[in-house]
Amino acid sequence: MEPGSELSASKQAIKALERGPSFAPAMLFRAARMRISSGELGALPVVFGLALIWTYFELQDTHFLTARNLSNLVLQISVSGTIAIGVVLVLLLGEIDLSVGSVAGATAAVLGVLTVDDNWPWWAGILAMIAVGALIGALQGVWFAVLRVPSFVVTLAGLLVWLGVQLHVLGDAGTLNVFDARITAIASTFLPDAWGWGLAAVAVIGYAGSRLVEDTQRRRAEMSARSLPILFVQTATIAALLLGAVGVLNCAYGVPTAGVLLFALVAFFDWLVRRTTFGRHIYAVGGYAEAARRAGISVIRIRICVFALAGTLAAVGGLISTARLQAASTQTGGGTLLLESIAAAVIGGASLFGGRGSVWAALLGALVIGSVSNGLDLVGQPADVKYMVEGAILLLAVTIDAYSRRRLAVTGR
Amino acid sequence: MQGHAGRRPLQVLTVPEADTRRDERDGGEIAPAPVLELKGISKHFGAVEALSEVDFEVYPAEVVALAGDNGAGKSTLLKVIAGTHPPDAGIIRFDGAEVVINSPRHATQLGIETVYQDLALCDNLDVVANMFLGRETVSAPAALCRLSELDMERRALDVLRQLNVTTIKSVRSPVATLSGGQRQSVAISRAVMWNSKIVLLDEPTAALGVAQTFQVRELIKRLRTRGLGVVLISHNLHDVFEVADRIIVLRLGRRVATFKRDEATPDDVVASITGARRG
Repeated sequence: MEPGSELSASKQAIKALERGPSFAPAMLFRAARMRISSGELGALPVVFGLALIWTYFELQDTHFLTARNLSNLVLQISVSGTIAIGVVLVLLLGEIDLSVGSVAGATAAVLGVLTVDDNWPWWAGILAMIAVGALIGALQGVWFAVLRVPSFVVTLAGLLVWLGVQLHVLGDAGTLNVFDARITAIASTFLPDAWGWGLAAVAVIGYAGSRLVEDTQRRRAEMSARSLPILFVQTATIAALLLGAVGVLNCAYGVPTAGVLLFALVAFFDWLVRRTTFGRHIYAVGGYAEAARRAGISVIRIRICVFALAGTLAAVGGLISTARLQAASTQTGGGTLLLESIAAAVIGGASLFGGRGSVWAALLGALVIGSVSNGLDLVGQPADVKYMVEGAILLLAVTIDAYSRRRLAVTGR
Repeated sequence: MQGHAGRRPLQVLTVPEADTRRDERDGGEIAPAPVLELKGISKHFGAVEALSEVDFEVYPAEVVALAGDNGAGKSTLLKVIAGTHPPDAGIIRFDGAEVVINSPRHATQLGIETVYQDLALCDNLDVVANMFLGRETVSAPAALCRLSELDMERRALDVLRQLNVTTIKSVRSPVATLSGGQRQSVAISRAVMWNSKIVLLDEPTAALGVAQTFQVRELIKRLRTRGLGVVLISHNLHDVFEVADRIIVLRLGRRVATFKRDEATPDDVVASITGARRG
């Protein structure tokens, strides 16, 4: 979501709030309702859906909302969530990347062969696999941006080619066990309780601090700024969510390292797309590429960079997957990983039509897909039901996207 | 991606100094020199002669309308000035100095901004982001490319206020939420905020309703008051007579007539567009 859109949507709320803080909850509610009716849904439907799913499974099976299962859920979504960040970036361009699963698998194979067969040190193996992912992404990006082959076709071909590369690199064995403790630590270690609390506190303080500085600067420049009560409510919400999550996870084993990695990646890429010229240009290219080109933005460069980032993030996903399974195999990156990653990005609210969506969609969407999959496993449903439910949720998410787009058109947007 | 070295967004209203050379056409009256002058411009597309030996000039603080039927060469001439179609023959003088404009970037560096018919706005971005598209202000350290939203918003508000664009409620709402007239206003404001000297407008009122057309006309007049040279392509003769100081008629790639607004009637212009009469 654009930084300013919340501002405009809750403008009335701000005005009313200047009259007194007692109006805060009612006004926030009204601003939210205005946004829904005008088609600016934001993250609301996803959060609502997630709450629904969690309630349902908690009613079905008392083990769903236990600390241990939620800790497990975080680990389960770390791979698809990481890959989904890259998918969100590509969706912002209005394009698609179907190769991310194969890229995760191929780079995992590279990591396995280098560290196990060739005895490379763990860090060199990780650097190499990330570089390979970036190169593969850049290559696909060039093919799409320069040779003008539709991204759907380029990455569909990539899906097959990189799967072939993965099988070739792994050779006859098919599976390489990766036991290097420094690699597996990514998915098998947990932060000590105090670290978890500390990181959450730093994140909340950092968020509130940067917002406070920004608003103070705006006020000093005599421009509209969020009022303090709104800032307070938003910070309190974020603090409650983060500290609550840490509290629950600390009841089990602590915050999973892979979860921290996923959260940090989401936060970083969210900053990148909302706060830098690079991110602004991604939205511009996704909104209207011709306008971006005429404004002097190198559309080709942006497109190549975004596909390279998607490849890089797919490689990070491959790394986490290897760490979790302690192996790089022909199965890594296969199965439903690709579909889950794309579904996560779309369910989280990244528009398939380009130019709209937030990087947080990756995390939210992965949570939805992960929760459904995890919950159906707990209640003992077989794969058939699982796929049908996940498919239905994806369809629902895209329908909401298309509907909200139509609403935007109707309300003169 | 800061580009456009040396061109800062407009802070103070600047009016070009009047050049007191004698202008022969006006019979000895003191008149400023043209800010842009084209001489003998020709442009071929294969065997098609889109422009042949066209002269063209626009003065500071003047609105020139380019009139002509479809295929008369209006758009080609506009694209020659905008740098999209460099001419095959002829010379271009800008501020008295001969220049070669062979890319849109060249044109914007000189201070020639184009507002395309489709406005080239990104619907998903807000007004500020669109006005600074491709020329974003970044905060220090520049290597991080962090957007300086506050700076940009302030300057955008300044320019909109100076141009008296009051209908836009929030510069932070996506351009998609604006009306056609507001979108046109944003596109025009973007064109003038970079110390530009000439603004090219391609059919600015083509898709607008009555009230919005009025808004845009007023805005064009304000550009003139700011000392800009405005080149306007419009099919709407009502627009042309409302805002233009001079009307240059092209027909089949040649300049066939020039009218001063006060000395011509729409019928005269139509006659020379259709070729019923030589102006």
